[in-house]
Amino acid sequence: MSAPRRERRKADPELSDPERLYVITGDNDGERAALDLVTMVVSQADPSPTVQPEQAAILRLCRAPLSVAEISAYLSLPFSVVTSLLTELLATELIESRAPIVRAALPDRSLLEAVMHGLQKL
Amino acid sequence: MDFRSSDTITGPRSEDVLPTTATAAVKVVIVGGFGVGKTTMVGSVSEIRPLTTEETMTQAGVGVDDNVGVESKTATTVAMDFGRISLSDELILYLFGTPGQERFWFLWNGLFEGALGAVVLIDTRRLQVSFDVIGRLEERGVPFVVAVNTFPDAPHHPVEALRNALDLPDEVPIIDCDARLRASSRDVLLTLMRYLHSLAVPLG
Repeated sequence: MSAPRRERRKADPELSDPERLYVITGDNDGERAALDLVTMVVSQADPSPTVQPEQAAILRLCRAPLSVAEISAYLSLPFSVVTSLLTELLATELIESRAPIVRAALPDRSLLEAVMHGLQKL
Repeated sequence: MDFRSSDTITGPRSEDVLPTTATAAVKVVIVGGFGVGKTTMVGSVSEIRPLTTEETMTQAGVGVDDNVGVESKTATTVAMDFGRISLSDELILYLFGTPGQERFWFLWNGLFEGALGAVVLIDTRRLQVSFDVIGRLEERGVPFVVAVNTFPDAPHHPVEALRNALDLPDEVPIIDCDARLRASSRDVLLTLMRYLHSLAVPLG
């Protein structure tokens, strides 16, 4: 094959580059809850008239479980804005969240088997 | 911020509403260059019409030019398409098709670290666009498989030639697929899961 060949990378130059770009997300400097794109969110209450419209919309959407990514998509709001709204709702216990199952150092074989079983039904 | 009235927000269709038992989520990331078929693959296996989440990135240039005191900032919006597969009443798999450009990866902290693994989707006509992605995954220790999206007019290379060109160890699976087909995309995900499962067996 005459195509170019990939060369193994040595180290990430960005990690030692003092002029690397700083990346800032969102416009809220406050504390955020640790929310993943696939943290599942469920409402614990119906919206009261005092809740702001975006948060009321979240409470209505999350009567059934929904991931943070889906909330962001349905509301057409950036991820960081949604996490900021969810942080307030979590603090006031209007929603509950369930963190995703993440890859561990040693893969969880029973989890992988459950995923394979589900995929085979497709 | 421009926010639509909550009356106009369209939530999931009634058939897309998850059962209340659906509380365990896992994710897989599909990476590849522009136009390689990431969104096609997400769409072919997803039970919902693919959705789009976005993030706004503000880049502040620090100490990179002479105009001291003048902050240069540019905002970029990056969109990511995703889909969903209910694996059981409790377990949900989310698939994210992420832009190949590495600078966008910072946007979603934990996107790769938290994922079970990744699929690197490649087009043999433009193999080079996947070099950087593969290097990044290796550096971050994210296990991945390589899926060759078989475009009709793309050259077909033997797997070993591809393995050599991509400089991949023998154990990393390389498979052909047609991202438009649900069964084919499902098989790519199954290959990834079997590979992850094999990593759980102690080497001896």
